[in-house]
Amino acid sequence: MTAAAQDVEVRRVRPEGQSEWRLVWNRLRRKKIAMISLGVIILIYGLGILAPFLAPYSYTATNLNEGLQGPSWVHWFGTDTLGRDMLSRTMFSARTTLIVTTTVVLSGSLVIGNALGLLAGYRGGWVDGLIMRIGDIFSSLPALIMLILINATLGVRVIDGVRAFEDTSGIHGLVASGAPSYLLVFGALSLFFWVGTARIIRAQVLQLRERDFILAAEALGATPRRVITHHLLPNVSFLIILEISATLGGIAGSEIVLTWFGVGVQPPAASFGAMLFEGSGVRTFQTHPHLLLVPGAFVTALLFAFNLFGDALNDALHGR
Amino acid sequence: MGAYVIRRLLWLPVILVIVSFSTFALARYGPGDPVSVAAGQVRDPVVLAQIRADRGFDLPITTQYYRWLTKAVRGDFGESFIQRGYSVSELLFPRMWISAQLGFVALLIVFAVGIPLGLLAARLAGTWLDPAIIGTLLFLQAVPVLVVIPPLVWLFAVQLHWLPAGGWGGIFSIWWIADVIAIPIPDPHLYIPLVAFTLPGFVGVARLVRVTALEVNTEDYVRTARAKGLAESTVQFRHVLPNSLLPLVTVVGFALSGIIEGALFVETLLGINGIGRFTFQAVTSRDYDVILASTVIFSAVFVLCNLAAELAYGWVDPRIRVGASHS
Repeated sequence: MTAAAQDVEVRRVRPEGQSEWRLVWNRLRRKKIAMISLGVIILIYGLGILAPFLAPYSYTATNLNEGLQGPSWVHWFGTDTLGRDMLSRTMFSARTTLIVTTTVVLSGSLVIGNALGLLAGYRGGWVDGLIMRIGDIFSSLPALIMLILINATLGVRVIDGVRAFEDTSGIHGLVASGAPSYLLVFGALSLFFWVGTARIIRAQVLQLRERDFILAAEALGATPRRVITHHLLPNVSFLIILEISATLGGIAGSEIVLTWFGVGVQPPAASFGAMLFEGSGVRTFQTHPHLLLVPGAFVTALLFAFNLFGDALNDALHGR
Repeated sequence: MGAYVIRRLLWLPVILVIVSFSTFALARYGPGDPVSVAAGQVRDPVVLAQIRADRGFDLPITTQYYRWLTKAVRGDFGESFIQRGYSVSELLFPRMWISAQLGFVALLIVFAVGIPLGLLAARLAGTWLDPAIIGTLLFLQAVPVLVVIPPLVWLFAVQLHWLPAGGWGGIFSIWWIADVIAIPIPDPHLYIPLVAFTLPGFVGVARLVRVTALEVNTEDYVRTARAKGLAESTVQFRHVLPNSLLPLVTVVGFALSGIIEGALFVETLLGINGIGRFTFQAVTSRDYDVILASTVIFSAVFVLCNLAAELAYGWVDPRIRVGASHS
């Protein structure tokens, strides 16, 4: 990944009138695996987006008379211990994955990672040193344990905070909707997922900084802000896309693991982590394998698709 | 080079202080008063005040932290809040030893399987087998460990009765032939956790070996070796293989961090009494001093492994030795 990212000199053969992104897309379109995995990602994310319209049942409605049923025409994926429809839970779990991955990518990679990487690379000196040392600290922490610790200790505080916000602002239903646990999960994940992006962007900016077009822009009196937004950002955009595709799987996996440990998204909100937890007992697996296999298959398909698509995208961006 | 190593080593205590202080603050400001955790069922205000004073919770947090730190550097991590009467060290270190053995064996297997598969994929480049190997390994990486373990335990322990369902029995157990000859064999408790630990790790090693082997195959010195008429097997083993293994040093850190974090679920799901399960239990039961100690130890191992990997990389490949051009 880093080796590929450092290999910045993308072989650019640009026929007249075709944008670079168009070229990348054309290369990508010819890769069967890329298109299949993109299809899987779109399918699962689509289920998540359309969950409120597509789900045949409510994801919270329990019916103890119909608990632990195997797959049938009435409940395609069966029902869980509380008699909730597994198909509907799967769709809403996909929604949770969608929300968490999107928010963490937006805040962690796109905003924090990007901004700090550009700043560190362009400014250099002590700013660079400070940002990179902070990154070193975060990357030397055992992220999973810290995430579990942060979520376990701060969970109640965040709920209290949101409740206080509800009282003062007059907006209601935030705590009831489960928003605080989402907020905590995405906040904690963003804290750890910016480092990779920042490092890669910085390395690229360090090289670009000495190039003639940047020197020319500076000589013409461009402000640092203009150099960063107009000259550096467009030239690192493909790295950002790559980095996002590489981290999506990790983010989705982290949310699932946190929820599995009981410190992520809180019930009754649906998450693949909570579904896997319910099915992960050996005895449960013996009698009701669908409780583990249904969410397991979706998670595996999604993570596999992220991996394959990321690879194909990497190839396409490097002119292969 | 020497100055670089010293600078990196000086960086270690800084990281550990930051880690321990943030963990300390998180634990102290988290929900659930540590005093009430330590008091258990007792709700007598006099007793609570006594515990507060004994443990120093009435002091400012910086003073509390300083007290903890001065003891911790001498290896005294305090007393467990839950398992009263036991020091954190005596609970933690035997468990660390179990996890370390398991992790070390897992790491060996990741490399022992990943390297040949990577070389094989490189040799088969251009055929459909190359993407098939890498694709299969990528798939294995995508299956969450949480999903792998229950079916394995069900199949091998419950249905077939071949392996124990969980627990820990050391690395080797003795297999007696006619009560006379003792043969050490891998303990049956090992197999399921090792499968769970290693499956996600193969692909990283295999792909890196594959890419470097492909690159090395086009290097001038390999062409020279071929040109002077060496047998292809000699070229592969004497020239391609050693040079393909160089960058692997960098993934030791990655592989190890995956194994350390994997310990949390693998040990929890399989009832192995290692540091992962212990840490998980400590987090859920808010055993604060245990949480602190294990986080600090985890981070120290992490930082040291990364440093060791970095130094080893410079050692095996003088071309990228840090600071070599300046000194």
